[in-house]
Amino acid sequence: MIEFRGVTKRFPDGTVAVDDLDLVVESGRITVFVGPSGCGKTTSLRMINRMIEPTGGTISVEGKDIMSRDAAELRRGIGYVIQQAGLFPHRTILDNIATVPLLLGWNKKQARERAAELMDTVGLAAEMAKRYPAQLSGGQQQRVGVARALAADPPVLLMDEPFSAVDPIVRETLQDELLRLQGELGKTIVFVTHDIDEAIKLGDKVAVFRTGGKLAQYDEPGVLLSRPADDFVDSFVGRDRGYRGLGFLSSDGLPIGDLPVVAVGDRMPTDGWAVVVDGERRPLGWVARGTGTVSEDALVPGGSLYDAGAGSLRAALDAALSSPSGRGVAVDGDGRVLGSIGADDVLRGLADSREADGVPGADTVRGADVTDRVG
Amino acid sequence: MNWVIENLGFIASLLTDHIVFSLVPVVIGLVIAVPLGWLANRAGFGRAVVVNLAGLLYTIPSLALFVFLPAILGTGILDPVNVIVALSVYTVALLVRTVADALEAVPPLVVDAATAMGFKPFRRFVAAELPISVPVILAGVRVAAVSSISLVTVGSVIGFGGLGQMFTDGFQRSITAEVVAGIVLVVVLALVVDGILLLIGRLLTPWDRAARAVAQGATA
Ligand SMILES: Nc1ncnc2c1ncn2[C@@H]1O[C@H](COP(=O)(O)OP(=O)(O)OP(=O)(O)O)[C@@H](O)[C@H]1O
Ligand SMILES: [Mg+2]
Repeated sequence: MIEFRGVTKRFPDGTVAVDDLDLVVESGRITVFVGPSGCGKTTSLRMINRMIEPTGGTISVEGKDIMSRDAAELRRGIGYVIQQAGLFPHRTILDNIATVPLLLGWNKKQARERAAELMDTVGLAAEMAKRYPAQLSGGQQQRVGVARALAADPPVLLMDEPFSAVDPIVRETLQDELLRLQGELGKTIVFVTHDIDEAIKLGDKVAVFRTGGKLAQYDEPGVLLSRPADDFVDSFVGRDRGYRGLGFLSSDGLPIGDLPVVAVGDRMPTDGWAVVVDGERRPLGWVARGTGTVSEDALVPGGSLYDAGAGSLRAALDAALSSPSGRGVAVDGDGRVLGSIGADDVLRGLADSREADGVPGADTVRGADVTDRVG
Repeated sequence: MNWVIENLGFIASLLTDHIVFSLVPVVIGLVIAVPLGWLANRAGFGRAVVVNLAGLLYTIPSLALFVFLPAILGTGILDPVNVIVALSVYTVALLVRTVADALEAVPPLVVDAATAMGFKPFRRFVAAELPISVPVILAGVRVAAVSSISLVTVGSVIGFGGLGQMFTDGFQRSITAEVVAGIVLVVVLALVVDGILLLIGRLLTPWDRAARAVAQGATA
């Protein structure tokens, strides 16, 4: 647990970068600091490992005031990942990753073994071990940065816009892998970004900062979308928040409707649409009413699939909206067709979950103006 | 040519002197310039002072230095230490700025990341800033070594000029072969030392060449 209590940072030139911050970062979760440029995210993050010293208030990590600890030692127990990685250009990838273990006094062999293990963990091919950072792509360097931060197995990981310098596709892969890694490692992660979508995707909890270093709202992403505390958060969260908020609502209990299913070679449906499946009942595409038999050429590409076991209301709605027939294809965990889902079912499900106050973490919402926003 | 063959032993001893007189100061100068350059780079305002003071040293005519040093150091006027000290001063003068510039060019992001990983300043300097500065510092050392090899010859006015003795001696005794051989040897020595330093640099910084190759590939 990392606790900020009344933390303020006023720089010598008078800039107040962080103003009276009270916040508890929960252990084993990803907490995201998000907000517009200059709102004090980086300053807040860097105060945790004393790269910046607060001018007021206290910060404690696992109950211990960070100011009571030697700065260098504190830092060795806190992984740190930054944009563009900041790797040592003169050391090989393996030795870059082994840096902190070596600092902690491990012998070279142990440190390198550990580094090799981490290369595998973050998805770097073993043959990159002997290369230098300049010989890697930006995305690969970022992986090295993550591996380096994890090398000594610190309980806390600080990440300052680690993925913002890579292209959108690589960024998405890196985000997915961070989530996968976190599923295995359960670190206490503080992640800074100015990208609200990234915040919502990664954060177990999201702290929205406003300019001037003030905390505007600190909540689970679903709550942020459904109940922004004020106009600032509302506009920062951006357009489509209602739709995106569906991503945080479980689709448990949505009725799965019938769905005509045919195989290639069967008679064409005489009425409406049917889903064409393979021998494993996995969907191949749609066919519309016609004559003769179903052939591969007649297939109309389907929309997104809705995993009935794990999907959110958003996945269900998107499946319905993106399907050529107007009804989405619901599948099981193995991708086999279960039935269909309609947009109206999703909306009814949403109404039900509102009634049951199924908005995750709704009890933590603060601010009196919440009701007039949700209703 | 005959003169050279008849005096091989003499030439060899001058060459040895020359190497010692020119390269020992480079090593001493480098050892002094690194901490000074580090200091200059750290001290914002002090940087200009240190760098410019060092630069000023370089403007002292070498002859004057050779002549006045004994008075300052309390050494005999015919002590080879004078040559070593004088050339060390020049090396420091050359390298302080180079070291300060090289350290300044280390990416701040890398230094910052090192600090955040828990390096204390001295260890960080040895593990990161200094090795990353090697390519630039080494370029400065090559210049310092070559100019030191050439400056040693001036020491012949006080009798410790290494191969420079061959100029004065050959000139006084009108032995053209001796003068020519002296010049050729000084040039060859400079080229060989420069080549060796280049090689050492390559061995020390394989990463630098890797990075250059990538940069060239990117622009090609
Ligand atoms: N060393 C400093 N001296 C003075 N002001 C500073 C210093 N560092 C940051 N600031 C100011 O403090 C404020 C917060 O900066 P910070 O870097 O924490 O913002 P940020 O939220 O990380 O922004 P960005 O998204 O652009 O990275 C800004 O107004 C910035 O100009
Ligand atoms: Mg920042």
